[in-house]
Amino acid sequence: MKKLNRFLGVLGMVGLLAVVLTACGSRKSLSQQDVLANDKASKTITWGVKADTKLFGLMDVKDNTIKGFDADIATALTKKILGKDGKAKFVQVTSQTRIPLLKNGNIDAIIATMTITPEREKQVDFSDSYFDAGQSLLVKNNSKIKSVKDLNKTGTKVIGVTGANSVANIKKFAPKAQVLELSDYAQAMTALKSGQGVALTTDNGILYGMASQNPGYKVVGGAFTKEPYGIAINKGQGAFKKSVNQALKEIEADGTYNRILKKWFGNVAGFNYKEASR
Amino acid sequence: MIYILTHYWSELIQGLGYTLLSSIIALIFSTIIGTMFAIFEVLPNRAMRIIGRIYIEIFRNIPLLVIAMFFYVIIPMYVAKIDGFTAGTIGLTIYTSSFIAETVRAGIQSVDNGQMEGARANGMTYWQAMRFIVLPQAFKIVIPPLGNQFINLVKNSSVLAFVAGFDLMYQGNSIASLSLDTINSYMVVGVFYLIITLPLSYYMRHLEKRLA
Repeated sequence: MKKLNRFLGVLGMVGLLAVVLTACGSRKSLSQQDVLANDKASKTITWGVKADTKLFGLMDVKDNTIKGFDADIATALTKKILGKDGKAKFVQVTSQTRIPLLKNGNIDAIIATMTITPEREKQVDFSDSYFDAGQSLLVKNNSKIKSVKDLNKTGTKVIGVTGANSVANIKKFAPKAQVLELSDYAQAMTALKSGQGVALTTDNGILYGMASQNPGYKVVGGAFTKEPYGIAINKGQGAFKKSVNQALKEIEADGTYNRILKKWFGNVAGFNYKEASR
Repeated sequence: MIYILTHYWSELIQGLGYTLLSSIIALIFSTIIGTMFAIFEVLPNRAMRIIGRIYIEIFRNIPLLVIAMFFYVIIPMYVAKIDGFTAGTIGLTIYTSSFIAETVRAGIQSVDNGQMEGARANGMTYWQAMRFIVLPQAFKIVIPPLGNQFINLVKNSSVLAFVAGFDLMYQGNSIASLSLDTINSYMVVGVFYLIITLPLSYYMRHLEKRLA
């Protein structure tokens, strides 16, 4: 009897835990307010940007600011939306944390090398595309791998980053390869260097940055997917989305966009600046 | 939660399998290595004591993640090709063994000196006395803290996620990013860890009652 009582007690505890946890899960998100109105009042837009991706968003440890194409575009958009005294605040995100952070209201928008995909569009709204990337491969200079087809062999290990669209793509293009998912690009690069995989796959823009930082590695295979980057905004923020798209058109028209593009990609070997400029 | 469970069942089971396998390997070897260094620390020989001390202090005071990354990155570069699972499990074993060594040492030292002296007086060698008289009593004393270490070990095996070791946490990260349902994904992962740690915790309590 005593044993049965104890068993029931444990069962009850587990049940209670399950109820409490499910209650947490079904709570509505905090970001039900009008983001645009809030930002106009505080003169600040909070952007989620990457901090581990050279050329797009990289933490400069000397002055603790995030620098890159995404960060500059975000600053330019902020000035257009809020006027000259508008401030862009940056919050560091990864492929994995960006959507949860947006949904719980920690950030107003994501501008973090994020590809517009149908699955993601079910969760968030996207602005018009602000950069056209494509998935490619980074390999050692002496590697035999020429394209994504060479990866489609049993036992081939390909390195990707958790939460990135590129991992799902490689499973499509090279179903026989095994994908190792690491938590960020710095770790993925380290894993490639130590020989844990034969190639690192993600969008070419990011890979060019890595190749420029790591002599001995090159980008191969061309772009085998189209990855238009968009700015992600919470569902139901129509006014904010509209003003972001409007600002994007303005910076494309007045040359700000091309200036920023040139600043970051002008000297990158293999990058087609003419094709990407707007 | 149900959606995550049914949709990603095979990933979760694979993760559970790798976590269990890594935990079991690490549990066995860290107990053996830990006990070995615990004995080193109480030996009359000063050099052995110092070796034991150095091993324990180094691995007890470095974060597990650093140890695992060391085996994942440095060893494949210069020594031998090992994958994430192996690297993580080796790191986990070494890290836990330093804690187990301290626990077991405390147990050995809490056994009355007269036990060792009595055994020696009856003609046993030092090692026989250690093996048959001191260690059995020491282990009985340290079962509760040892249970703590074992539970910590299972949870610490989540370090495999950072070296692509395909464990529960790795699958959890992957599922969270695929389903875009972070809260429920990690809740399911939490429940799967409970499936391993709760029986372990009850077994340790049972052992404690039976032997005490």
